[in-house]
Amino acid sequence: MEHKYYVEMRGVNKSFGSFQASKDINFGIEKGKLIGLLGPSGSGKTTILRMLAGLETADNGDIIIDGKVVNDVPASKRGIGFVFQSYALFRYLTVYENVAFGLKVQKWPKAKIKERVAEMLELVGLTGLEKRYPNQLSGGQRQRIAFARALAPQPQLLLLDEPFAAVDAKVRQELRSWLREMISTVGVTSIFVTHDQDEAIEVADEIIITNQGKIEQIGTPKDIYKQPVTPFVAQFIGQSSIVENFQRFAGFEHANNTATHAVVRPEYVAVTKKEEYVRYPIHTEEGVIEQTAFRGSEIELKIRVKDTVITASRLLDDKPVEVGEKVNVFIYRVYAFDDKKAYVIENDALAHPDSVII
Amino acid sequence: MNQRNDSGTVKWILIVISALFLVVMLILPLLYVLITAFREGIQIYLEAVTDTYALKSIQLTLEATVLAVITNTIFGLFAAWCITKFNFGGKKIISTLIDLPLTVSPIIAGLIFVLTYGRQSALYPFLKSAHISIIYAVPGIVMATIFVTFPFISRELIPVLTAQGTDEEEAAALMGANGWTIFRRVTFPHIKWAFLYGIVLCTARAMGEFGAVSVLSGHLRGKTNTMPLYIELLYQGYDFTGAFAISSILVVMAIIILILRSVLEYRGKKNEE
Repeated sequence: MEHKYYVEMRGVNKSFGSFQASKDINFGIEKGKLIGLLGPSGSGKTTILRMLAGLETADNGDIIIDGKVVNDVPASKRGIGFVFQSYALFRYLTVYENVAFGLKVQKWPKAKIKERVAEMLELVGLTGLEKRYPNQLSGGQRQRIAFARALAPQPQLLLLDEPFAAVDAKVRQELRSWLREMISTVGVTSIFVTHDQDEAIEVADEIIITNQGKIEQIGTPKDIYKQPVTPFVAQFIGQSSIVENFQRFAGFEHANNTATHAVVRPEYVAVTKKEEYVRYPIHTEEGVIEQTAFRGSEIELKIRVKDTVITASRLLDDKPVEVGEKVNVFIYRVYAFDDKKAYVIENDALAHPDSVII
Repeated sequence: MNQRNDSGTVKWILIVISALFLVVMLILPLLYVLITAFREGIQIYLEAVTDTYALKSIQLTLEATVLAVITNTIFGLFAAWCITKFNFGGKKIISTLIDLPLTVSPIIAGLIFVLTYGRQSALYPFLKSAHISIIYAVPGIVMATIFVTFPFISRELIPVLTAQGTDEEEAAALMGANGWTIFRRVTFPHIKWAFLYGIVLCTARAMGEFGAVSVLSGHLRGKTNTMPLYIELLYQGYDFTGAFAISSILVVMAIIILILRSVLEYRGKKNEE
């Protein structure tokens, strides 16, 4: 039981002056997992990462790595690989010297260093760039070198601070899957910080969502997407429109819930043209298209339903809809929330299938 | 179009004004120094320069300069390091105090030392019983030079160290590097050119210092006279050739340092690219 988690924080608090960056942080991470720390900027995710690394000290609480409390262990002795947001490559050292730095500090024999650096450069696919300086590399290459440098001394834990923030969108996409693959090859327990939910959902095994210094929810990307437990998570994840008094909408009149606000995500809204077949007519609303926007793989629609604007989408192959057109809007489910909790509420048509047979 | 013509005229007017200014304020006086120094022939020039007292003053100036530069290099490095890499109360006050010698008149700086270590000071009995003489002696001259020149190196270093941030050092520390390794391998390469530039500026200022040193020296020929003081002494004694001969040496030293400065600036810029 005691070694269930490889990395753990118990009741950790941290303040910078009067600003409380971390409030009662508790979590545990199993060995070999890839974890995403997700939250808006200023939510305290980087502080958690820096405390794990030993770059900040916790005011109280325990930080446990591999069964040992490491609060008083200096950063240099924790055996952690860290990839900085800016990469922090040593500008005046070559790629080879950058990757070899940690090994030299640990007094590895020369031959071994050479072998390990070659191995790391092969792993990140940059063999042959040994003699380059960081400013002679592209953003993506720098990221890979930062990664190779962090992994060279064989750390048991790898921390990455916004690893994709400094590269452009296309390279970012490529690096994401690359990183995912790389980490599972090496098998190192990893935690990365991001403010980009797509990134966290795509890359991480588990996501820790932070907001205002607190942890809101911990779970697999699927859990977090399908079962948000706090109002914040319900609103933060996905592309959401927020509606008031959701019980007004067809299919939700019988929702027995005290919550008044709800999040409607586009993927749970079906938009059909008037002449198209509607399966659950009494649970369907009428709406007016206010705006259409081409989004590459789909058409994004803003639809006014009962004085509230909802975001939805239609496929490119679907019959086009026009601004001002009246359409049928079927909402499958909403995420209702009050001050403390979030609830998943299905449309009556789906929740009580008997009632649809008319 | 009109504006472009205007800026052309303005450009040339500014160039002419600057050139005139430089000729009147700098080039003419410098030429005059050299011409006067050699006016009575190279023989007299060499005699003036190789005079015992002249040699002593050159030696003292070099000594004071070397000591001041070494002290200020160490101090400047530490001061810049602690101001840029750590956060603590009173940091603003310290960084303001470092600039103090640039704003205080050198004469006042000299007087401060006289009051602190002179006969009327409470420290005087201790100094006397330990046989340490500061005022009207070489230690006083060195101290005055250090005081006047101590902002130069740290002021050069603070902006580069601030711009660099702490990421690279943190990265090195996380990999287990100790402070010395981090400094040698990561920090120093960044600040190398600014650092050398600071040393050059500090040297130039130390060699030419007159005011503070003048108050503390006591003008003992061959003992506490630095080059600038010796030049003044000769000048007051109507020995123009002598005064300008020694001046010419100072001028040559200054020009060497100027060239060094330009080279360093160029190398530093190239390095940044």
